[in-house]
Amino acid sequence: MSSDALDATIDTDAKLVRMANQIAGFFDTQPHADKVAETANHLREFWDPRMRAQLQDYLGKGGDGLSPLALAAAKRLAEMA
Amino acid sequence: MKDFIIPTWDDTDMGTPASKSTKLVTLTIDGFSVSVPEGTSVMRASAEAGIQVPKLCATDSLEAFGSCRLCVVEIEGRRGTPASCTTPVTAGMFVHTHSPKVKKIRKGVMELYISDHPLDCLTCSANGDCELQDMAGAVGLRDVRYEGTENHFEVRQSGEANPRYIPKDDSNPYFSYDPAKCIVCSRCVRACEEVQGTFALTIEGSGFDSRVSFGAKSDTALASDCVSCGACVQACPTATLQEKSVIEIGTPERSVITTCAYCGVGCSFKAEMRGDEVVRMTPWKHGKANRGHSCVKGRFAWGYAAHTDRILNPMIRDTIDQPWREVSWEEAIGFASGRLRDIQARHGTRAIGGITSSRCTNEETFLVQKLIRAVFGNNNTDTCARVCHSPTGYGLKTTFGTSAGTQDFDSVEQTDVVIVIGANPTDGHPVFASRLKKRLRAGAKLIVIDPRRIDLVKSAHIAAAHHLPLRPGTNVAVLSAISHVIVTESLMDEAFIRERCDWNEFADYAAFISDPRHSPEATELLTGVPAASVREAARLFAKGGNGAIYYGLGVTEHSQGSTTVMAIANLAMMTGNLGRPGVGVNPLRGQNNVQGACDMGSFPHELPGYRHVADPAVRDVFDKLWGVTLDAEPGLRIPNMLDAAVNGGFKGIYIQGEDILQSDPDTHHVAAGLAAMECVIVQDLFLNETANYAHVFLPGSTFLEKDGTFTNAERRINRVRKVMQPRNGYADWEVTMLLANAMGGGWTYTHPSQVMDEIAATTPSFAGVSYALLEEMGSVQWPCNEKAPLGTPLMHVDGFVRGKGRFIVTEYIATEERTGPRFPLLLTTGRILSQYNVGAQTRRTANVAWHDEDLLEIHPQDAEVRGVKDGDWVKLASRTGETSLRAKITDRVSPGVVYTTFHHPDTQANVITTDYSDWATNCPEYKVTAVQVGLSNGRTEWQSDYSTQAAKSRRILPAAE
Repeated sequence: MSSDALDATIDTDAKLVRMANQIAGFFDTQPHADKVAETANHLREFWDPRMRAQLQDYLGKGGDGLSPLALAAAKRLAEMA
Repeated sequence: MKDFIIPTWDDTDMGTPASKSTKLVTLTIDGFSVSVPEGTSVMRASAEAGIQVPKLCATDSLEAFGSCRLCVVEIEGRRGTPASCTTPVTAGMFVHTHSPKVKKIRKGVMELYISDHPLDCLTCSANGDCELQDMAGAVGLRDVRYEGTENHFEVRQSGEANPRYIPKDDSNPYFSYDPAKCIVCSRCVRACEEVQGTFALTIEGSGFDSRVSFGAKSDTALASDCVSCGACVQACPTATLQEKSVIEIGTPERSVITTCAYCGVGCSFKAEMRGDEVVRMTPWKHGKANRGHSCVKGRFAWGYAAHTDRILNPMIRDTIDQPWREVSWEEAIGFASGRLRDIQARHGTRAIGGITSSRCTNEETFLVQKLIRAVFGNNNTDTCARVCHSPTGYGLKTTFGTSAGTQDFDSVEQTDVVIVIGANPTDGHPVFASRLKKRLRAGAKLIVIDPRRIDLVKSAHIAAAHHLPLRPGTNVAVLSAISHVIVTESLMDEAFIRERCDWNEFADYAAFISDPRHSPEATELLTGVPAASVREAARLFAKGGNGAIYYGLGVTEHSQGSTTVMAIANLAMMTGNLGRPGVGVNPLRGQNNVQGACDMGSFPHELPGYRHVADPAVRDVFDKLWGVTLDAEPGLRIPNMLDAAVNGGFKGIYIQGEDILQSDPDTHHVAAGLAAMECVIVQDLFLNETANYAHVFLPGSTFLEKDGTFTNAERRINRVRKVMQPRNGYADWEVTMLLANAMGGGWTYTHPSQVMDEIAATTPSFAGVSYALLEEMGSVQWPCNEKAPLGTPLMHVDGFVRGKGRFIVTEYIATEERTGPRFPLLLTTGRILSQYNVGAQTRRTANVAWHDEDLLEIHPQDAEVRGVKDGDWVKLASRTGETSLRAKITDRVSPGVVYTTFHHPDTQANVITTDYSDWATNCPEYKVTAVQVGLSNGRTEWQSDYSTQAAKSRRILPAAE
């Protein structure tokens, strides 16, 4: 991987983390919902396969910066696939 | 196939507006019995009976005025000769419209009019289209006995300059005002008041000295408050107010009903033609969205269609640093299809995608997503709704079960309290604004929630009851505070909630919203809105009668855009404001066909009709019809495509009628994404900004050059009719078909009506729609199917589409975009009346007379501490980039907030905006960017680099011999 492409991946990793945390941020406020399932479902419904794969890769690298709910949802997503 | 089909509705001027009464009154006019609704004028009743009473000051778009005395009639048992326009019918009335007495009076009246009117009919621009001329004929005027010693039309009288003569005012680029031709019927003044609601025109003086005037005596049409909507020109019976295009070309010889291609109001127009030249566009009075009104864009700003900048030949180049090479359609399509297939062979099926256009027709949009799904073989399709109303789709589908507004525009006539939030209708949706202002003048109350003091807050004869000038980014907090007041003060409509909504969800919601942290007092510091105003506004909305909410991109373009839409839905449900006229949740759509583009399956996760791609039953419908196996995985959204391109996994894109480089946020990132692709195909009228990064340019066609349909903000499907051949050779749907077939699509459409048939066959909400139905009905609002064969003006009448309405907990979560020492101000963006979005069309019209550059609005306090004076060049910087533009000092914006428009690429406001986006849909957060403003010497380095690069990338080689 060239250094430019590596930079780009790091950049989009950060973006994915932010987006996942935002989604988890909403579902975290919902009463009674299975928050992990709702967050994972949203990712499943709206993210294309390569974004979901990138999230899994990132999870494999430790998932730094993901909120606890986003982290749990990312793990659930892996089980759903 | 010839498509000049004109619906047969009668355009006869009935003289006065129709009465809305359902009670019929029967009377006798010239011996004929006629029954009309109570409140109808004698003039209109006569017209209903087929008798045209001569008239000058009356027209059916305006209330009767009774000044010209030409329409007098005799009524048995009444004294004198009353004006038929101002006399309402009564049961058993006997009217004589053509008695010797009234004939004589009319001739006398006409003699007096003509004595102060030039007799230059043959060379007059209104020759053949002049009601004064018609009336002179109708009353049999053969002689004028009077010769005025003084008149208004001769430049010189008795060798002296005529002091009463006022020269023609040609200041407006689109129409002229010639006082010499004026008969002072006041139709223009009344149209400006009643129809447009601007009050720019007045009658100055009295008696013989009465003159029509644009505001103060020294004002010209252009310098006045006039917004150039054309209502006065439409109303003028003579050549006094006349389109310059008619003066230049002559009168039209035929007209075709079509739909405006600017905003989401979707006004119906008559394209009035001579040969294949448009003479003028006039608002069609039977148009159900606009009811005969128009704005400066639809009425006048169509000259871009014939602008010399239009590209009419396909062009290609190997790399974007090369000049363009004009080629044949075959070569361009072959080049494009070859590159796309080559990319897929090397990088996989999902390495390419496309963007459908919200400016193109439903049929064109349907075909672009079909190309991507069925021919490219993936779901990488998106549309510009991603960057405007995608949160509306998500929010309303979650709460109500359908991704669309609930009402028609007529609904505003029955509303009592209106909330306008995050929208600026007088600029963005002017014809709707005029209809709203009319209702406000009749007594409805208005609550404006907007960081900026928009014109609706206070202008001629209207004022908002409350303006809540919130800090950008705090929509959810303000709406929650309003709901908190309604719930804690028990102002909600419990019966509605119990019957129509999920009561348990409401109970959860009520517990959530009743928490003191949502009270107006608790959130005042955060939102900047005084708590007392919030409480009063909440009480007014809850208890003020029919409550309607209208909103725009100031709601959706935030990191909590979808949450705000759900907060709006909550508010409408808890106050019982759904399911009848005068209420509802009404998203004001930005572009002409944003609604349609969403309906047609432009989103990467949804097939036409908002059905998820993962649903095998839905895919099966298309698999069978199209003979393919559709991808079951959602595709990339526009921002994801750009990210993927930067990452190296997305290499080719087909963009129809969309300029993402200018319109999408964080220009540097968009440019980097485009630059990383191997095949960018742009289909557009002009070499837009995105085309700077394109390898293939396919010329597009205008709305005048093709058949199809647009769907407006009311879900109304309106016909677009071809009035001339495409100057580029093909309508846009034909271009898409060329590309599809070059890639093995095997499509055989010969007319867009066949595409609509395919939409109807596959999409339940469109099942009943056909061109035949549209010809018959004029327009129809979806859902249109077996259950609603004539369409659905009002949604959720007996129950929500999803069953029970859902209350959603809407916690305020602050955006990550924060002000700080480096970027202490908040930038928000918007549109202006005379320009439209990226300006590609309106900048190529005379509309630049009103707005030829983007300006930065800044509060006097913020300007003073920075040493900025009105008109100074200032640098506007955010963490993503910087640009410069000139400052406009105004207290329309609060301290701490600055505002600009994004119509001009040389300003490029999106260099400043960030890549933050709505949590649910990735709709960019255009409306909140932390910025700093400082004095500047002129353009920034980026701006000059950009224009150099743009000029270089627009070079076109001379055509090969």
